[in-house]
Amino acid sequence: MSSITIGGLLRRPEAGAALGLVAVLIFFAIFGGLTFLKPAGMSSWLNVAANLGVIAIPLGLLMIAGELDISVGAMVPFGAMTVSVISGHYGLPIWVGVAAALGFGVIVGLVNGILVVKTAVPSLIVTLGSLFAVQGIVLGLTVLITKSTSVALTVEGPAKAIFGDFVLGGQMQVMVIWWLALTALYIFFVHFSPFGNWIFAMGGDKVSARNAGIPTDRLTIVLFILSATSAAFVGMCQAILYNSAQVAGGQSFIFNSIIAVVVGGVLLTGGFGSVVGIFFGTITFAIVTQGIYYTDFDRNWSSLIIGVLLLGAVLMNNTFRKMALSYTPKKGARA
Amino acid sequence: MTVPIIALRGVNKSFGPIDVLHDISLEVKAGEVLCLLGDNGAGKSTLIRLLSGVHQPTTGTIEMDGKPVSFPSPRAASDNGIATVHQFGGTFPLMSIGRSFFIGVEPTKGWGPFKIYDRKRANAVAVKAVQDFGITRIDDGDRLVGGLSGGERQSLAIARAVHFGARVLILDEPTAALGVKQATHVLRIVNEAKRRGLAVVFITHQVMHAMAVGDHFAVLIRGAVAADFKKGEKSREEITDLMAGGASMASLEAEIEGYMASHDGHPPPPAH
Repeated sequence: MSSITIGGLLRRPEAGAALGLVAVLIFFAIFGGLTFLKPAGMSSWLNVAANLGVIAIPLGLLMIAGELDISVGAMVPFGAMTVSVISGHYGLPIWVGVAAALGFGVIVGLVNGILVVKTAVPSLIVTLGSLFAVQGIVLGLTVLITKSTSVALTVEGPAKAIFGDFVLGGQMQVMVIWWLALTALYIFFVHFSPFGNWIFAMGGDKVSARNAGIPTDRLTIVLFILSATSAAFVGMCQAILYNSAQVAGGQSFIFNSIIAVVVGGVLLTGGFGSVVGIFFGTITFAIVTQGIYYTDFDRNWSSLIIGVLLLGAVLMNNTFRKMALSYTPKKGARA
Repeated sequence: MTVPIIALRGVNKSFGPIDVLHDISLEVKAGEVLCLLGDNGAGKSTLIRLLSGVHQPTTGTIEMDGKPVSFPSPRAASDNGIATVHQFGGTFPLMSIGRSFFIGVEPTKGWGPFKIYDRKRANAVAVKAVQDFGITRIDDGDRLVGGLSGGERQSLAIARAVHFGARVLILDEPTAALGVKQATHVLRIVNEAKRRGLAVVFITHQVMHAMAVGDHFAVLIRGAVAADFKKGEKSREEITDLMAGGASMASLEAEIEGYMASHDGHPPPPAH
């Protein structure tokens, strides 16, 4: 498309997410005023969006490739607990804890990926298994080592500033910067570098993609490593930020990231979606969960809004996808 | 006599105790279309999989340009210039024409780690390749493949194979799911591929389509070549008869045609 047209924008995968975001912004602007768009209000939902977004994008890429990873729900506490036990309980240098947390992320991702590739068991089942297995490891090992389900961690210096501090006046988490930087990186790799094409091809038709010479097995494993490591990273940063880690928690990331991805226009069966869409979907989700505090509504209603939003977004995305499929340029419309 | 581009010499294939193909010998020369006819279960698909490297022959050899070759993987077959196009085109419905055309060999611009996918060039090359095959309705490389008709998808897949240097084109029932007009498109493209000197293996069970493009015909019945003949050596009735493995199909057709001839072109009423 040489020029930007309304039709052209609507056929993009992120169209539904962008419209949903606008709708949510208008809704909360009417019922809650503009407080949530002022710096103090913004950081409340930006923090939620950042922690979710760092996990949602790699999860979204897996979904574009036709897979799913719900073990992220266990990887968040696993990452948090690893860094806290190593650098808090045992008092080893923080960088050892950071390396271990990310290293375990790589290992779990590798196991997930290899199991999915070698056994051809649906990835939902494989990662459901690893979700519970990792939860068991976290709880079992933590209690065995520390005799407690909560471990304190004190981090100072550069590690604190890089992974778990507040920036810009002390309310916005440094994770927001990570999220924005990673989003930019993902946009480059998925939409501009040739590798992105492979992910879409895998989700579209795995056998054809393999026959076309795409290393589908290796790419699948890399994507699983990416999602597990990202989840471990978020957990690790949260532990450094809040100076402690709990064995529970993290399960909310499973559904929340899937919602962000689906609202963001990714097709559940794979082959369609965009990083920008996931980005919008994440912000939309965060604004709904946080914006409710700025309105007179009871916060319990936010789940209702999210549910309606999810269904609305999916229906809207289906419509736009059909438009994109049936689109034929009019004769003479282009030179 | 020219050496065939691809040839099967006494190929057998069995899966465990089940013999699927017995002693198949076939050859295709450049600029020739071999039509592989056969009913469901005759072994056509297995034969394609042998040629495209999905399976390997149990005994016997595959030759290219007179030399024995083996394809341990689909990739090896495609590296040797063998392209297989499946019934639904094997393309990606939600990808743009340009992107799906260059899957795995994306053109890039820029340098080092900042190499980016060259959308303009990909689209231009893809559209030109398809238009060269006579499908002029495709003129925008940003359109999604899923928005194309079945015939256009087939054409795109064939154009892609030819663009990337295929010498042997294996078409697996390309016209099976298509309407009459769409099928004509695909047959025209098969003729164009033939004109360009490709060896085409055309798998079908529609005798009419086979007769429109074929130079050479082989009928498979229960894993063996039941007949092997050149264009014009057999009539449509004889071929149909062979495919059905007996006189039943031909006599049924004759019966219906006879009925229609004596009843102003009306087909017989359904039996009760």
